Amino acid sequence: MVELVDQTPRTKSLVLDVPDWKGHRAGQHVDVRLTAEDGYQAQRSYSIASGPEDDKLVLTVERLDDGEVSPYLVDVLQPGDELELRGPIGGYFVWEESLGGPLLLIAGGSGIVPFRAMLRHGIATGSDVPLRLLYSSRALDEVIYRDELREAGNANGVDIELTLTRDAPSDWNGRRGRIDEQMLDEVAWAPAEQPLIYACGPTGLVESVADTLVMAGHDQGRIRLERFGPTGT
Amino acid sequence: MIVESLDGNAIAGQLFEVFGSEMTAVTGRCRFCGASSHLAELRVYMRAPGAVGRCPACMRVVLVLTSVHGNARLDASGFELSA
Amino acid sequence: MSPISRGFLGRRHPVDDPSRVPPGQYVTTDFPVLSAGPTPHTPLEEWTFEIAGAVDQPASWSWDEFLALPAETPTVDIHCVTKWSKLDTSWKGVSVDTLLERAGTEAKWVTAFCDGGYTTNLGLDDVSGGKAWVAYEFGGAPLEPEHGGPARLLVPHLYFWKSAKWVRGLRFTPADVPGFWENYGYHNHGDPWLEQRYQGD
Repeated sequence: MVELVDQTPRTKSLVLDVPDWKGHRAGQHVDVRLTAEDGYQAQRSYSIASGPEDDKLVLTVERLDDGEVSPYLVDVLQPGDELELRGPIGGYFVWEESLGGPLLLIAGGSGIVPFRAMLRHGIATGSDVPLRLLYSSRALDEVIYRDELREAGNANGVDIELTLTRDAPSDWNGRRGRIDEQMLDEVAWAPAEQPLIYACGPTGLVESVADTLVMAGHDQGRIRLERFGPTGT
Repeated sequence: MIVESLDGNAIAGQLFEVFGSEMTAVTGRCRFCGASSHLAELRVYMRAPGAVGRCPACMRVVLVLTSVHGNARLDASGFELSA
Repeated sequence: MSPISRGFLGRRHPVDDPSRVPPGQYVTTDFPVLSAGPTPHTPLEEWTFEIAGAVDQPASWSWDEFLALPAETPTVDIHCVTKWSKLDTSWKGVSVDTLLERAGTEAKWVTAFCDGGYTTNLGLDDVSGGKAWVAYEFGGAPLEPEHGGPARLLVPHLYFWKSAKWVRGLRFTPADVPGFWENYGYHNHGDPWLEQRYQGD
């Protein structure tokens, strides 16, 4: 554990130095296991937030009030502490430049984490695959990686759209409300463009997005989903 | 509090432990209804005494992962894995 | 050897009386939701509870009939095989003894069957003699669907996977027929005091 970076009031990024880390693919995760002095163990999976080209491994953790592992990672862990990891894990919910696109990423809450890795990979490799990200958060101060995403959105071929579902500042120019059929219709490429589509976040959001896109004519085989467990609601 | 309904991505680590290789991108057929899916697409119910994987099409139980005295054990008799 | 995570305690609760906690268990004040599948939602007008199988007098109650049966309000400790225990949980339900009053059976084994297809097996002596209920209230309120509502089996002296959620009846069988988790390696009996978690324990 090298460094802790506050992201939002409830999330922190953990920057880790992992000896013998063999690299990873964007979208993969690690399993983190904690062991108490009496041997009690708890384990959770966390998506890797760093891109494959980054030099340190980064995990972004959302603190769940009634969580068992996340409060420890966000509140107690300090630089210099050791963390036991297994991974990288995953071969389905991964994207690399060679897979092409155009690439449509749809995130709810902490579902943005694996997409940061994909975005950083696209940028680091100088990829010209067009990328659109639609990211749903409850409020502006809960948007993870807000500055980084804004900067990424300035590049050609990268289009970042945020939607706020609960609170938006009065001068908010972005989208409001939950991701629905109309919003997807506006943001997504037409099915004829055959985008590669990834959706990640709470199960309800991910499933409704997938259903909507399939109904709109997108190829189910080009849609990949990763459902996350409870996020703060 | 709602039931955690996840997908095969959530058991990727345990599957790796059992098979010794990455399994979520592997496809298979549900022995009950014949639908094909990636392991990652199974609907997975976690935090039960074991992890239960259901066919996304018919929702029947096709896979059960348990950890008996620390050893991961898999029963995938409902899911015919592709080679 | 896993490294010790400095300062990690987990969500465990300190215990006043350790003699109430079976070996290997930790006390929690939450009520974790564990499930093998999606929550069923049978409308109450369609709900029935049955005593079936190897009995002289099969029986069936509608929801209204069930609620009219004499009920008890047991307060019990419950123990899940995933290591959490919850003390002093309060329930309201019908004692299985009441449901078996007229059944008349020589069979020694029972399979609890449920909406969603879940089953678990129990011995007759595990569900009789004041040891088991079909419960429809928890903590003074109707049992929530995620916790097994409208009604679940409550057999607190065994690991809680035997307290089948969304229970719809008990089927008597001449032989012991392993249920869902028992088929996947969990112990046939499931006594938390003997730590009977897995077959062979």
